[in-house]
Amino acid sequence: MSLLRPRATAAGGRTGGRDRPAPTVPGAPPTGRAAWARDLVMGIRFAAGSGREGWIRTALTATGVALGVAVLLLGASVPGVLDTLHGREKARENLGQAHPPRAADDTLRYASADTVFHGAPIRGRLVRPDGAHPPVPPGVDRLPGPGRMLVSPALKKLLDSPRAGLLRQRLDYRVAGTIGDAGLLGPGELTYVAQPVTLAAADGYRIDHFGKDWNPPPMRAPTVLLVIMTCVALLTPVMVFIGTSVRFGNERRERRLAAIRLVGADVRTTRRIAAGEVLFGSLLGLVAGGALFLAGRQLAPVVTLWDVNVFPSDVAPGPLAAALIAVLVPAAAVLVTLFAQRGVTVEPLGVVRHRPPVRRRLWWRVALPAVGALVLVPLSRERPWTDTPLHTLGLATGAMLLLLGVTTLLPWLVQAVVGRLHRGPVSWQLAIRRLQLSSGSATRAVSGITVAVAGAIAIHMLMTGMQASYTRAYAESGKEPRISLWANSKDWPQTQRALTALRATPGVTAARGTVDALVGPLPHPPGRPEDAARTTVTVGSCAELRSLARLDSCHDGSVFVTTTRREGAVAPGATLDLNPPRDAYEAVRPHPWTVPRTARTVPLLAHRPSPDRVVYDLLVTPSALDVGRLNGPTTELKVVFDRGTPDAVEHIRNTAARIDPTMNEVSAVDNPHDAQYASVLDGLFAGAVVTLLLIGSGLIISTVEQLHERRRLLSTLDAHGTRRATLGWSVLWQTAVPVVLGLGLALGTGLALGALVLTMIDSAVTVNWPVVAAITGIGGAVILFVTALSLPPLWRMMRPDGLRTE
Amino acid sequence: MSIGHTLLGLLESGPRHGYDLKRAFDAHFGQDRPLHYGQVYSTMSRLLKNGLVEVDAVEAGAGPERKRYAITDAGITDVAQWLARPEKPEPYLQSTLFTKVVLALLTGRDAAELLDTQRAEHLRLMRGLTERKRTGDLADQLICDHALFHLEADLRWLEVTAARLDKLAEAVRV
Amino acid sequence: MTPEGSLLAAEGLCKTYGATPALDGVEFSVHPGEVVAVMGPSGSGKSTLLHCLAGIVRPDAGTVRYGPHELTALSDARRSALRRTDFGFVFQFGQLVPELTGLENVALPLRLNGTRRKEAERQAREWLERLEVDGAAAQRPGEISGGQGQRIAVARALVTGPRVIFADEPTGALDSLNGERVLGLLTGAARDTNAAVVLVTHEARVAAYSDREIVVRDGTVKDILAGLR
Repeated sequence: MSLLRPRATAAGGRTGGRDRPAPTVPGAPPTGRAAWARDLVMGIRFAAGSGREGWIRTALTATGVALGVAVLLLGASVPGVLDTLHGREKARENLGQAHPPRAADDTLRYASADTVFHGAPIRGRLVRPDGAHPPVPPGVDRLPGPGRMLVSPALKKLLDSPRAGLLRQRLDYRVAGTIGDAGLLGPGELTYVAQPVTLAAADGYRIDHFGKDWNPPPMRAPTVLLVIMTCVALLTPVMVFIGTSVRFGNERRERRLAAIRLVGADVRTTRRIAAGEVLFGSLLGLVAGGALFLAGRQLAPVVTLWDVNVFPSDVAPGPLAAALIAVLVPAAAVLVTLFAQRGVTVEPLGVVRHRPPVRRRLWWRVALPAVGALVLVPLSRERPWTDTPLHTLGLATGAMLLLLGVTTLLPWLVQAVVGRLHRGPVSWQLAIRRLQLSSGSATRAVSGITVAVAGAIAIHMLMTGMQASYTRAYAESGKEPRISLWANSKDWPQTQRALTALRATPGVTAARGTVDALVGPLPHPPGRPEDAARTTVTVGSCAELRSLARLDSCHDGSVFVTTTRREGAVAPGATLDLNPPRDAYEAVRPHPWTVPRTARTVPLLAHRPSPDRVVYDLLVTPSALDVGRLNGPTTELKVVFDRGTPDAVEHIRNTAARIDPTMNEVSAVDNPHDAQYASVLDGLFAGAVVTLLLIGSGLIISTVEQLHERRRLLSTLDAHGTRRATLGWSVLWQTAVPVVLGLGLALGTGLALGALVLTMIDSAVTVNWPVVAAITGIGGAVILFVTALSLPPLWRMMRPDGLRTE
Repeated sequence: MSIGHTLLGLLESGPRHGYDLKRAFDAHFGQDRPLHYGQVYSTMSRLLKNGLVEVDAVEAGAGPERKRYAITDAGITDVAQWLARPEKPEPYLQSTLFTKVVLALLTGRDAAELLDTQRAEHLRLMRGLTERKRTGDLADQLICDHALFHLEADLRWLEVTAARLDKLAEAVRV
Repeated sequence: MTPEGSLLAAEGLCKTYGATPALDGVEFSVHPGEVVAVMGPSGSGKSTLLHCLAGIVRPDAGTVRYGPHELTALSDARRSALRRTDFGFVFQFGQLVPELTGLENVALPLRLNGTRRKEAERQAREWLERLEVDGAAAQRPGEISGGQGQRIAVARALVTGPRVIFADEPTGALDSLNGERVLGLLTGAARDTNAAVVLVTHEARVAAYSDREIVVRDGTVKDILAGLR
């Protein structure tokens, strides 16, 4: 054996302590920023360079943080998205100016020509410049010439598709170009700007600029609630997942920190190193989360929620929110780690746990959801519901407390239930005893499921409730195959021609039409301008009038007064103003007209009540009254069609557009909420599945880790001849018991929350049981999934090599 | 192994006849080598000569004389010195050490201290061997290792004995 | 009793774990350059004594003096600092950080002490060479043999030029030949640098590398040679 020969050069520049003065306690190690930097870097080094286990933990932390960051960035983008949408709408619109400009070189005539094609709404605007320098909306360089139109890319695509033949007929303009992104709300928006060959004075108004002064309405309380619940439901599992992942490989990390303590690191140093380890994963996660968000928002064009479809670039959180997320999420991950280490001191010889056994006290666990319920119940008595900031705040707080309360209640529930379970087969016994000993890690993971499922159920109930009201309304009015159309009216013959055209349209079984207007008494009632126009007059041929009232005899020139008794009722011989001011500021010249003394009083036909039913005070045949003298007369057309004729509705719309492109449609033929509901439901399911899978992987991690810790025990059990199936079942039970309890709790909370909120918005409480069952079923599937994936490691660990000591 | 010291030690608990001494010796230490009467008497007469024992009484009667021996103060001192003096570490030392331990227990002395003293002596030798090994050639190393392993075995035995002293004390005092 | 010229001395150390007394009034001292073996059966309190002496564990009663300092009265941070600068440790196993390479493990105490990485690694490399284990500089503890690992641990214990090296069964996990090699290097280097070594072992052949041994039995210590001298 060779003897150690002292070298000429001293290692470390210090061969001996011979010359050293009496030992002194060295000064503090590098402190402050330098120490922080060094220790964090060392932690990062550990996270990056500690083999498979370290990478797994880093990857898990990164995944959790990435998902959290992505969800938060998305959530933080919602206000921005709405703002941008409103901004885009504001910039391109002009709903009419209080003081219409005079025709000039820089003015144009403007009208809306919206239509619907197979349920898809198309925004149309008609322009007719007065001069050479008309204003142009954003995204448009030059207005289209006569007979031409500019279309959005999505509309262009639709027009080019073979199934759009009827639409091509309706929008009978040459496509002269596309509207740039600046002029669109979203990439999927269907819109066009056209210049018809003629644009009558009655159809539209004159403007000299685009862009309107208009403030968007604040989000309604249910919407706010929906956003908050979605965020809570999505983020809680993510936090739980981060919590699980930072605990992964804890044992080994603690050993490592103990080794570092031994060579002289103090407690704070080890905390900093531990923080550095998590920080690395968090920073990776932050980058990945940002990338995920950027990649995810590229999908924005294909997503349409509540008719909102936006450009990827519009999905952007505010700089402050983004900065907060970038700082707070990694910080939260570090805090979770330090929190997981509470009561744990890393000593040079190992880890000392001086945490007293957790007593699961009931009162504060119940307090959270109870306070939530207490906040919500009085709100649900509020009739009618009004959107005030206080109400919204209460609603959000209550809902959040109730959802989060589930996580606090669950550990107590699991412990209480498990403590009362006893007899059963060996596998059951193993699982129950294990849970009795420590149900913490399993419960932690499951609480994520619970919030996700409760949230999903509540969101779904809210959606179903709102949907049910819409559906009922549409079912009522959509029962009859009927479309109402209206447009500004010039004269009766125009209406007559429209009726003729409609009756000749394929699929139309009946068409009725009149010209309606509001007239007022003369002289005007003093002080109450809103009463200036309160008499409803309708002009129509005898045939049309007969569909409204019972007329004994009628000829052109007849006038009838109806028997309705309202304040708008008029008596024969009364003098009316055909051109009443519509508000206090409209200064118009009165158009006096006297109800002929010969006017007969007739009863209106009793029609079933419907949204478009109008109660007329005065029925007039065309030659008795000049439609042109009325203030804002409208042609009202009611078309009944045969559902059996293919595309009957589209044919009717085409006819209407031919009569007057600015014709408006009022119908219940397409329930726009159906598509919204379906897309939201899809999203809800996708979200629930992703969340539950996330939780499932968290559960797998904790299960496998637990198996790993008990490898020797498992090998021993195997050596004793325990059947694999027994241990497999025990793993199943161990997962199943907390998950089943969690799902039960989630079901209760979700239904309760949903019911409360629905009562609040005055919707009937409806539960779509298949959907609830499906969401719960996914939770159950997670149990099987986790068990199935835990089995291979279980088999592996049951091999006799587990008995070997290292 | 010193029979003289052993017999002296046995006398410490009280005067005995030669026959009793032999029986006591055999009971405690004579598992493989029972003592001859002749050895007892010749040893006792040597001890008498050195003044370490004295004849306490002589019983009259036929047959061999039945002297009863008692230990003198000088004898007690001698036993104490013997017990306290570590044996020169050498192979197959156990019997002597065992005798010493049992005697220490029988006479109420601190057997643990005796073992510790012996260990120190062993270690002193082992240190020397270790040093020689470190500075010597391969042959030296091998020779030293051989000795070291033997000494280590002795010491292991000492450890085990030390650990079981309480039980041993119970056994010898019966 | 603080023996004249001693570097590290303990008086009346008592330490109880639960109801079991591990140390019960222990006296101990070690001089610069002295190698003291602490022997005794398992569970006798050897390791507890070492932990108390090194300031890792705070005794229930008694004092540990290191130079002018009362170790038991120092804060955790100060004791940690002492471990970094004045003490070195070699344990049976598990003291190397598995994530760091051999070189980085040896450089770790220097770096904790504020030495720049380059300089720390230069010194670490010298020690690895001295302990004839520079071949394992780039490898992680999982990839090297037990003997190499222990020699890296010794290098790490020595790299800061400590005044006291605490070794707890340093060869417990090694075969005889490797064990002796590690011991030879450890005690040799300690003597070269005039460092004191507290060597906890239950093996006589290991203790034979010491200048003096003490025996811990039932929580008390017998300094045999001191008595014999």
